Amino acid sequence: MTRCGRFEAEAEMSTIVAENLVKTFGSGATAVTAVSGVSFRIDPGEFVGIMGASGAGKSTLLGMIGAMSAPSSGRLIVDEIDVYALPLERQADFRREYLGFVFQGFHLVPYLTALENVMLPLAVTARGRREKQDAAAAALEGVGLGGKARRLPGELSGGEKERVAVARAIVNEPPVLLADEPTGNLDSKTGAEIMGLFRKLNGAGMTIIMVTHSAECAANARRLITVADGRVSGDRPLALN
Amino acid sequence: MTLQWISVRNLMRRKGKAAFILAGLVIGVGTSVGILTYVNAVGHDILHKLDQYGANILIVPRTESLSLSYGGLALGGVSFELEEIREAELTRLASIPNAGNIAALGPLVLGVTELEGRRILVAGVDFAAAAILKPWWKAHGSLPGPNEVLLGAEAARVLNLSAGDRLPVGDARLTVSGVLEPTGSQDDQLAFTRLADAQRVFNKQGRVSMAEVAALCKDCPIEEMVQQIAEVLPGAKVMAIQQVVKSRLEMLAHFEKFAYGISAVVLLIGTLVVLVTMMGSVRERTSEIGIFRAIGFRRSHVMRIVFLEAGIVSVAAGAIGYGLGVASARLAFYFGGEGHPAHVPFAVETAAAALVLSVTLGLLASAYPALMAARMDPNDALRAL
Ligand SMILES: Nc1ncnc2c1ncn2[C@@H]1O[C@H](COP(=O)(O)OP(=O)(O)OP(=O)(O)O)[C@@H](O)[C@H]1O
Ligand SMILES: [Mg+2]
Repeated sequence: MTRCGRFEAEAEMSTIVAENLVKTFGSGATAVTAVSGVSFRIDPGEFVGIMGASGAGKSTLLGMIGAMSAPSSGRLIVDEIDVYALPLERQADFRREYLGFVFQGFHLVPYLTALENVMLPLAVTARGRREKQDAAAAALEGVGLGGKARRLPGELSGGEKERVAVARAIVNEPPVLLADEPTGNLDSKTGAEIMGLFRKLNGAGMTIIMVTHSAECAANARRLITVADGRVSGDRPLALN
Repeated sequence: MTLQWISVRNLMRRKGKAAFILAGLVIGVGTSVGILTYVNAVGHDILHKLDQYGANILIVPRTESLSLSYGGLALGGVSFELEEIREAELTRLASIPNAGNIAALGPLVLGVTELEGRRILVAGVDFAAAAILKPWWKAHGSLPGPNEVLLGAEAARVLNLSAGDRLPVGDARLTVSGVLEPTGSQDDQLAFTRLADAQRVFNKQGRVSMAEVAALCKDCPIEEMVQQIAEVLPGAKVMAIQQVVKSRLEMLAHFEKFAYGISAVVLLIGTLVVLVTMMGSVRERTSEIGIFRAIGFRRSHVMRIVFLEAGIVSVAAGAIGYGLGVASARLAFYFGGEGHPAHVPFAVETAAAALVLSVTLGLLASAYPALMAARMDPNDALRAL
């Protein structure tokens, strides 16, 4: 790990270890424990689906795995880095170097074009202008949107927005992709396209952790963790289909 | 794709907000620059006119109404048409205790003449006294003899007269003997003739409109001489020019304090406008900031985006505010009758100060919104949508 925020040497591989993660919102009588003691280990290259009822704590858990939301107790260890022991700014660096996010909802920046949205994670890196543009164009090409680089999010369909979001998540070539209901807003055909994209990325070695309500989507994963009331209620491998 | 680019694109999208912030700063900076520039220009002007003025005591008739401006200084209560001082009375000046300090006494008869519809002020003067009172006078041609007239530079230009031409004054036709080099004072607009000629053509024999006294006053208190002259000339008003200047400078200082108070208030309001608008803008962008943070922007990166936006708008506001400030100072200077608007200069130091002020206020007012943006928890920010 160097001073200027690059974790790259370690970021080739990434073993994610959750140690008894707990997240409590509020305090006293109104306290809500969204996640109460979750432990698991995810190895490099896995494709993990997380399922559970609404309010079970899936998004909260994903936020903790994503270095965005410190657990009330417990630890997240990635490649021997105790993520929440890092200073806040280093946590941001960690997110940038290690993780790609596809959020629940598209969360594109409305005043930036598709290409610019994809380039966003590169804005705070030292790469040259050309290099950034090429990387973003390649990522857009990869999700099949090469022809719509200059469109604003408002001029794209739901599925296209989702694909821009995926391109943005992978433009930095992170070892891990986190997705919260990536197909939640899409029809099943478009959803299947996105799933195909995920399988391709996973095939290239990217670890994918995906929260979903849809059994159809979850069937693309190789391992399924089910969550109920903030706890892991099941964790099993899935057969390839 | 850089942080600057994000700032610029956001400003372009939220033009209304950007314009609001701009307006807040422009009004604040413009007011301050305008007032500062105006006060400086007027102050300079007063001192400049004092420099231009050789006499340091003026003797004018007492009167109730009508004001005369001579040498650009409003002297109050003088009407050359109605009231005069008797010339003979002026000899009494020789009897005052400090008579030895009087270097020159210059009686002045004022009247108006017209040439082709243009009115011009004619002053009958004692040219021997004038040489002491106005040592900077340089005439092209010669000083006027009997029935001759010496024109100020402006007067000659406007009337299109030069040496040898004729200027009708009253019943007489005076020959132009020469033209004064520009002095930068009101003398440029006058025509000067011998005292006796002026008294004759204006029918003011034995009377003068006013008198100027040059006092050698290194070691005498000028106030005392004013007092002494006033005692021997009870019908006249005696003033030290310095007093006139001093009281004008004092008035200016009062105005200055008041005006600075007002600009402080306007600046404060402008800053608050920036603060409130920025806060609103940051709140509106909650989910966007959540994205920035989630994809690995540091807190400092988010702050930089906000500060960059504020900085860009502030620089523009500084420049526009400076321009508007100087322009309004010029208008005020001109319509306030102080003089030509070009006397209010564009000053590099003021421009730099305006920029610094604008940027400082813009960034200060954005500090809290920027901090608020940086402090947002990425997880909460994303949930906010
Ligand atoms: N910031 C917060 N403040 C208070 N309570 C919260 C907060 N975030 C989540 N919760 C609560 O924690 C619980 C789990 O929320 P979470 O968003 O993780 O559920 P989820 O499993 O993702 O549900 P869904 O499938 O509907 O997205 C819920 O009861 C929710 O109300
Ligand atoms: Mg959720």
